[in-house]
Amino acid sequence: MNKHVSPGMNRRAFVVGTAAVGAGLAIGLDIPFGGPTVVRAADGSPEVNAWVVVRPDDTVVIRIARSEMGQGSLTGLAQLVAEELECDWSKVTTEYPTPGQSVARKRAWGDFSTGGSRGIRGSQDYVRKGGATARMMLVQAAADEWKVPASECTVARGVINHNPTGRTTTYGKVAEAAAKLTPPAEVKLKDPKDWTIAGKGLLRLDTADKTTGTMVYGIDVKLPGMLNAAIKDCPVFGGKVKSFDEAKVAGMKGVKKVVKVGETAVAVVADTWWHAKTALDALPITWDEGDNAKVSSASIAKWLTEGLDDSQPAYVGNKNGDAKAAIAGAAKKIEAVYNYPYQNHATMEPMNATALYTADKCEVWCGTQNGEAAFAAVLEASGLPADKCDVHKLMLGGGFGRRGMTDYVRQAVAIAKQMPGTPIKLLWSREEDMAHGKYHPVTQCKLTGAFDANNNLVALHYRLSGQSILFSVRPEALQNGMDPAAFQGVAQSGEAAFGYSVPNLLIEHSMRNPHVPPGFWRGVNVNHNAIYMECFMDELAHAAGQDPLEFRRKLMGNHPKHLAVLNAVAEKIGWSKPAPQGVYRGIAQVMGYGSYVAGAAEISVTDGNKIKVHRIVASTDPGYVVNPAQVERQIAGSFVYGLSALFYGGCTVKDGRIEQTNFDTYNSMRISEMPKVEAVMVPSGGFWGGVGEPTIGVAAPAVLNAYFAATGKRIRSVPLRDQNITFA
Amino acid sequence: MADLTINGKTFTLDVEPDTPLLWAIRENAGLTGTKYGCGIAQCGACTVHIDGVAVRSCGISVSEAAGKKITTIEGLASGATLHKVQQAWIAQDVPQCGYCQSGMIMAVAALLKDKPKPTDADIDEAITNICRCGTFQQVRQAIHTIASA
Repeated sequence: MNKHVSPGMNRRAFVVGTAAVGAGLAIGLDIPFGGPTVVRAADGSPEVNAWVVVRPDDTVVIRIARSEMGQGSLTGLAQLVAEELECDWSKVTTEYPTPGQSVARKRAWGDFSTGGSRGIRGSQDYVRKGGATARMMLVQAAADEWKVPASECTVARGVINHNPTGRTTTYGKVAEAAAKLTPPAEVKLKDPKDWTIAGKGLLRLDTADKTTGTMVYGIDVKLPGMLNAAIKDCPVFGGKVKSFDEAKVAGMKGVKKVVKVGETAVAVVADTWWHAKTALDALPITWDEGDNAKVSSASIAKWLTEGLDDSQPAYVGNKNGDAKAAIAGAAKKIEAVYNYPYQNHATMEPMNATALYTADKCEVWCGTQNGEAAFAAVLEASGLPADKCDVHKLMLGGGFGRRGMTDYVRQAVAIAKQMPGTPIKLLWSREEDMAHGKYHPVTQCKLTGAFDANNNLVALHYRLSGQSILFSVRPEALQNGMDPAAFQGVAQSGEAAFGYSVPNLLIEHSMRNPHVPPGFWRGVNVNHNAIYMECFMDELAHAAGQDPLEFRRKLMGNHPKHLAVLNAVAEKIGWSKPAPQGVYRGIAQVMGYGSYVAGAAEISVTDGNKIKVHRIVASTDPGYVVNPAQVERQIAGSFVYGLSALFYGGCTVKDGRIEQTNFDTYNSMRISEMPKVEAVMVPSGGFWGGVGEPTIGVAAPAVLNAYFAATGKRIRSVPLRDQNITFA
Repeated sequence: MADLTINGKTFTLDVEPDTPLLWAIRENAGLTGTKYGCGIAQCGACTVHIDGVAVRSCGISVSEAAGKKITTIEGLASGATLHKVQQAWIAQDVPQCGYCQSGMIMAVAALLKDKPKPTDADIDEAITNICRCGTFQQVRQAIHTIASA
């Protein structure tokens, strides 16, 4: 059976055969496709190149640099390599190279970052080339052995044939010789229409261990002599530790040490995590909360509302014509104000990392969405150079963007540094996880639409006010102060482009950055932008007395790919036919992460506030589909995440801290609330879009528009629980 | 000290009687298949069977569990033969990240023991585990497949 080999406790998943160079992370991508020096895996099997190891028994080990967190790209990337390699899929296993190994080999595996729905689209070209190059070298090795031209040989399922003589051999038999060959300079990739492994809904490679409790997540790491740490960071973001009374807990069972972690946190280290947590709960800590303790959701909302006013400065993200003048002179004007709250990622597995620090080495075991970022965090927190550090990636119990951040890695190293030689597993309680998220940013939006006398939309002004993620997380990516990502889904062009043509358009962002730390939360800025734009588009359609689908279609003539996915959901849900008795429909579309998506919802509403979501149809055009079964699951899952946030989510701020503490106050959808989700894949080819995130954008607006159809009431504020609306 | 019978084996563990069963299973018995998700019996990631009934192990103490038959995900299979729920989960590719699935599988196994052919309403009532990846559609389909086998 296929299996993903978790690195587990092996300090080295394989041995690097070349001299380690003290390379920094800044070195550019240099993908080795093999060469005269044979690099060997730990069991002695030769690397044909960085992506492919072939064992004598014909097992193929495919290296995966991106992280698996449930989204399935580990399997998808292996499919792409195997497709070009022409190996036997039933003999494929995968393993993670470590970031330290990659840096030592001049970033042999490229980018490790697994966010922005880039796992496959960001690496498909070079991993396919890795597979194709290995195939050519393996075939060449067989041809050399037979002393025949490689052009007379064919390969299928890892068996090489010399057609004129009928001789055969296998990859396992020629791998040693292949590894010594100079890789070909040119490789030609297959046309995706000829795929036989990629493009198929193959079963995932990492399922079996997830059904028996044997899959090792970060929380499950066990090292000899390991101790466990529980941590409390100042509940007010930006606050500091003033003092703590260690003596009060020093005698509690299992307690080994109480340590300050940076300026802001305190951790208890104990034999078990339960003892550490129990002692931490009993530990008197005094915080210096600072001025942020005065901030509340109300004060943030007031500040954001001020940003909706045209007198305040704003960055222009998308513009044509003169929207303000056109609105001033219009026959009819529609205006609405929306808002979207903070959201916590709430991965099922709370943040954790295990660190072992000695004077000349620092290793970390953790789930991370970005092995290289975690590695950089280890270097910084440990103060050790790159050749003395490494990160061993484990399966993530959910990521959704949260595990692209490295705060928990730094904390684990900071604690381990105070106990050299002892492995320390730091685990956050759920309460700590809720209190110290990297939250989906808070925004408000004022939208103004204007019609001429014939109900044609002549102008649209979209004024966003609120938090920038990049300002906090990646300030170097700001463009003259503007956060270009703030316009995801309503941008002029690019991978998240606006799908409508409006003669006079102004889309702008008044940036306001509260002290609550923002982060990339599945779908990121598409979430609120799609709600604002698509719900308002529904408002405009009704104001014009037009069908919401037809109204959109008229504005989408110049956006055929956006329109195609919208048409696909409309057809599948039966938009042109009446909905069943008591059932109402809503529709939405958006572009994000290079993919075009649309969604339609069928709901019924009882007593005006109990929503039953019966059915969702969601379509996507991601260019190419590598594993349709996994794309289908990502689409369904994106609706669970998006509708959980719509109905139950929302993190509020009081006294500078987050009020929600656990799943009782930050609830998540259950199976009883799950609609039937029908995925419609319409890959049109010629580009590579993402899958994990885009469809979350249409989840909330499709349901909110259906709610209006059912009740005549507009919901312009999330979450619905604040308005006493819930699942039926 | 507490004696716990887990997966047919007796563990004598150095734990305080008020320790939540979850942490005794994970840290003292070393069975890490049972997961921590919330600690307040909301999410179901820590679901085990106690005398055949699905229980959230973070919500009961070691002293309450002593003397009872505890089954964790590691003990669900019969020797080398996986439980039918595990088999269906593999055949139908149910898990995504998989972190909640130990608890999900234990909850479903208990449901099917009580109701071998559950209706959708039975499933809605019995399966209240949180899955942030959103595997519910596959969970429901797999349950029905098992029931119709």
